[in-house]
Amino acid sequence: MNNHRKNEAGESFNHVFDKEQLIRIEEILGQDLMDLGVHAVFLIDLAGNVIASLDNGDWQHDIYSLAALAAGNFGAVSTMARLIGEEEFSLLFHKGKKESIHFSKVSDDFLLITIFGKELSLGFLRLKVAEASQKVAEILGS
Amino acid sequence: MAIINLRKKEVQAKIVYYGPGRGGKTTNLDYLYKKLRDRIKTEMVTIKTHGDRTLFFDFLPIEIGKIKGYDIRIQLYTVPGQVKYDATRRLVLRGVDGIVFVADSLEVRRKENILSLKNLSDNLAAYKKSIFDIPLVMQYNKRDLSEEGLPLIPFESLEKDLNTKLKAPSFEASALKGPNVIQTMKKIIIMTIDSLQRELR
Repeated sequence: MNNHRKNEAGESFNHVFDKEQLIRIEEILGQDLMDLGVHAVFLIDLAGNVIASLDNGDWQHDIYSLAALAAGNFGAVSTMARLIGEEEFSLLFHKGKKESIHFSKVSDDFLLITIFGKELSLGFLRLKVAEASQKVAEILGS
Repeated sequence: MAIINLRKKEVQAKIVYYGPGRGGKTTNLDYLYKKLRDRIKTEMVTIKTHGDRTLFFDFLPIEIGKIKGYDIRIQLYTVPGQVKYDATRRLVLRGVDGIVFVADSLEVRRKENILSLKNLSDNLAAYKKSIFDIPLVMQYNKRDLSEEGLPLIPFESLEKDLNTKLKAPSFEASALKGPNVIQTMKKIIIMTIDSLQRELR
């Protein structure tokens, strides 16, 4: 299903996600990321809307506010990159004492936000996120 | 850019409160947050300076119930109004589905209203959107200040300055005291959802 509507000028408006797409996306996020021990993962758009979210059951945070802030953060950092002559930064990641947060762009319009603890190395997570992002991008493009 | 989730039967739409600095955008959300606690499950997010000026945005998610079997979740945002935060305003406008333009009724702020509306139009154009094609409601805020003897721009002049071509629904309001704050929000939500009707059929 073509879920990414564009108008005559070619700009995006309104995303419609059907059940099958969302189930497939959740399967990928579950198998590729949650099964690694990630605490939470959510797929959002650049406007701050939540498309899919999974967590490990112990995680009790407000995903809608997080999504709004994540989109704003990513947007601000991307703008800074362009201001200094970079096309984009290859890594956006914030390290906490117990929880860290990683941002990954999925196609032009979406972000994968992963929240994880000390049990996972950043390098390994980046690899798995890149794989998962590719698979999700294929579903979103379908 | 609304998100329609056919699996959860949920629609998420983004409404941005725009306008000149100190015009009452954040005060609108503060009032809504106080009055609608039963529909707001979380804290309001605010990113502001020490001087209480909005630095990045305020964010307030509201669940308004079901329309055509879909749960409607409205994300209300404000932008920072100060002129120097234009890049930030553009960021917050990304994916906007409906706009409330909060104009400052103080006579001394007349020029700032006009400049802010032009700025909105320019920033929408950066996303290839036209201010004429997006659901928009005008709010002429701070009408309560007439009781304190401060000179206000008359309603007809505000309409002439800001609404001659747009012909958007307009409300005289006081975000501090409450009149027409909820009505403004209801109007923009109805207009925004109407614009999404085609997807909900």
